[in-house]
Amino acid sequence: MNHLLILPILLPLMCGALLLVLPSREWLKRALSMLATLALVPLAVVLLLQAGDGQLHVYALGDWRPPFGIVLLLDRLSALLLLVAAVLGSAVALYALRGDDRLGPRFHALLQFQLLGINGSFLTGDLFNLFVFFEILLIASYALLLHGSGAERVRAGLHYVVLNLTGSALFLIALGLIYGVSGTLNMADLSARVATASGDQVPLLAAAGLLLLLVFALKAALLPLYFWLPRAYAAASAPVAALFAIMTKVGIYAVLRVCTLVFGDGAGELANLAQAWLWPLALATVALGALGALAAQDLRLLIAYLVLVSAGTLLAAVAAGSPEAHAAALYYLLHSTWVAGGLFLLADLIARQRGSKGSALVPGAALEHPALLGALFFFGAVAVVGLPPLSGFLGKLLLLKAVPSVALWTVLLLAGFATLIAFSRAGSTLFWRVGLSSLDSAELDIGRLGATLLLLASAVLLVVLADPLLDYATAAAAQLHDLGPYRAILKEGAP
Amino acid sequence: MEALFALTLGLLTASGVYLLLRARTFPVVLGLTLLSYAVNLFLFAMGRLSGDVAVLGLSQAPADPLPQALVLTAIVIGFAMTAFVVVLALRGVADLGNDHVDGRADEERAP
Repeated sequence: MNHLLILPILLPLMCGALLLVLPSREWLKRALSMLATLALVPLAVVLLLQAGDGQLHVYALGDWRPPFGIVLLLDRLSALLLLVAAVLGSAVALYALRGDDRLGPRFHALLQFQLLGINGSFLTGDLFNLFVFFEILLIASYALLLHGSGAERVRAGLHYVVLNLTGSALFLIALGLIYGVSGTLNMADLSARVATASGDQVPLLAAAGLLLLLVFALKAALLPLYFWLPRAYAAASAPVAALFAIMTKVGIYAVLRVCTLVFGDGAGELANLAQAWLWPLALATVALGALGALAAQDLRLLIAYLVLVSAGTLLAAVAAGSPEAHAAALYYLLHSTWVAGGLFLLADLIARQRGSKGSALVPGAALEHPALLGALFFFGAVAVVGLPPLSGFLGKLLLLKAVPSVALWTVLLLAGFATLIAFSRAGSTLFWRVGLSSLDSAELDIGRLGATLLLLASAVLLVVLADPLLDYATAAAAQLHDLGPYRAILKEGAP
Repeated sequence: MEALFALTLGLLTASGVYLLLRARTFPVVLGLTLLSYAVNLFLFAMGRLSGDVAVLGLSQAPADPLPQALVLTAIVIGFAMTAFVVVLALRGVADLGNDHVDGRADEERAP
């Protein structure tokens, strides 16, 4: 058995627990948290290479054979997402240890627990464990959202917490139904049983499947369930908002996993259960996200709406269902997570030089470093709007090529145009409509700048490395659509 | 038995949803609690209502122990979450000066 598989869960767990009991020496906590988060990157790369052999790597906890025990499952998709989380987490930890972790107690422990929940969700092969990891990442995110306190955060936090608690209740009802009908919660086992479900089981399983979709859509911020997102992301402190760029992706991962493995092409009567709902709602999410970006009065709110646009785009690609669309979605997911995280950090760098005006889109004092921040802003805007030559353009191009649908082309291109207008307006307000003198207090921290550059540089790296990455994404999508090996896990047991 | 169980579940869920839609934080927290009770009972029932204690050797037809384990996990998580949301609601009263779920002042409330 390959014990590396459980390290992305154990490492943040142990480190988070250690951070809770350590004496309160700040440098020690910062060093430990930074090292543990950085260590996830090479670990994710090793797992990425291991998963690249096309095999499914199964880790049976306590050596209990599936479906009786809980399994961790590593395929190309989960390895790729582990890397996304590790890189984003490292940039966030670096940014936070330059001072933002002082805003409230125990930032680093919470960051580790959040990473534990995220990594666990990507690795688990069991639906109930997915629920448990969701709860871990959620309770860490509740506390992180409130990090630094303040009325706006409490207000946004209350909505976020109550909505997600209701979501958890619905998740449990869906799990109960699935277990009651099929007698299993192991995703691979469930995949086989859903395919052969008898007539009276089908409607119950369909109800459970759609309930699951509802819960994942709440996390992924699909149309009627996204209203919590812009306010929460705009209220959170900068490193937390950047980390939350991956939270919607956890929901999207869950939708993709369940919609291919359990309710995918091979699900007999229940095949492609969610598609009819996902497709129109995802397109409407993109459209409304773009409108929100046009209407935003605050740079952070604008970026939060862009997170929404990218979530809608990804869900539309998931709903399209073909392996090509899923491959394009994986590439776009890498781009949108890192660049959105980088933009949240950049917005904070800009806000720090504007004194009380913060990130509000109103004329303010001149920036201390207008050339550097302006260039970064221009770069980030080009990447996220999807103009050549950066990764956003390539991701959208692949997606449009993979899904030749008039509706998607119209919505995506118009949304791109709308976000372009929103960004031009925001940029000209922030950098040109300014006073003559800058604030004395304005400073630019080199560590914070480094973390921002790290994430924004991914827009170039993703284009330079596009060829191997696309090969990997295509292979990952093909693996998702080949259900045979997943179902064979149960016959072989743990290797 | 089944009818009574179903009725209890329905009543708990309906009350939970009703309270969840109130505008003050205290009823909302109560609603969440009732909803989680309903969910826990529902999970429990998914191991079927018939069946004896879930100990091998003590009975001929032991009940399915897995839903009971799931319920235990769900209870622990639900309890922690409820505690958190109570603290958050109290924090909201302190920071925002009122107990409205949107954190807005009383005079803005619809009549």
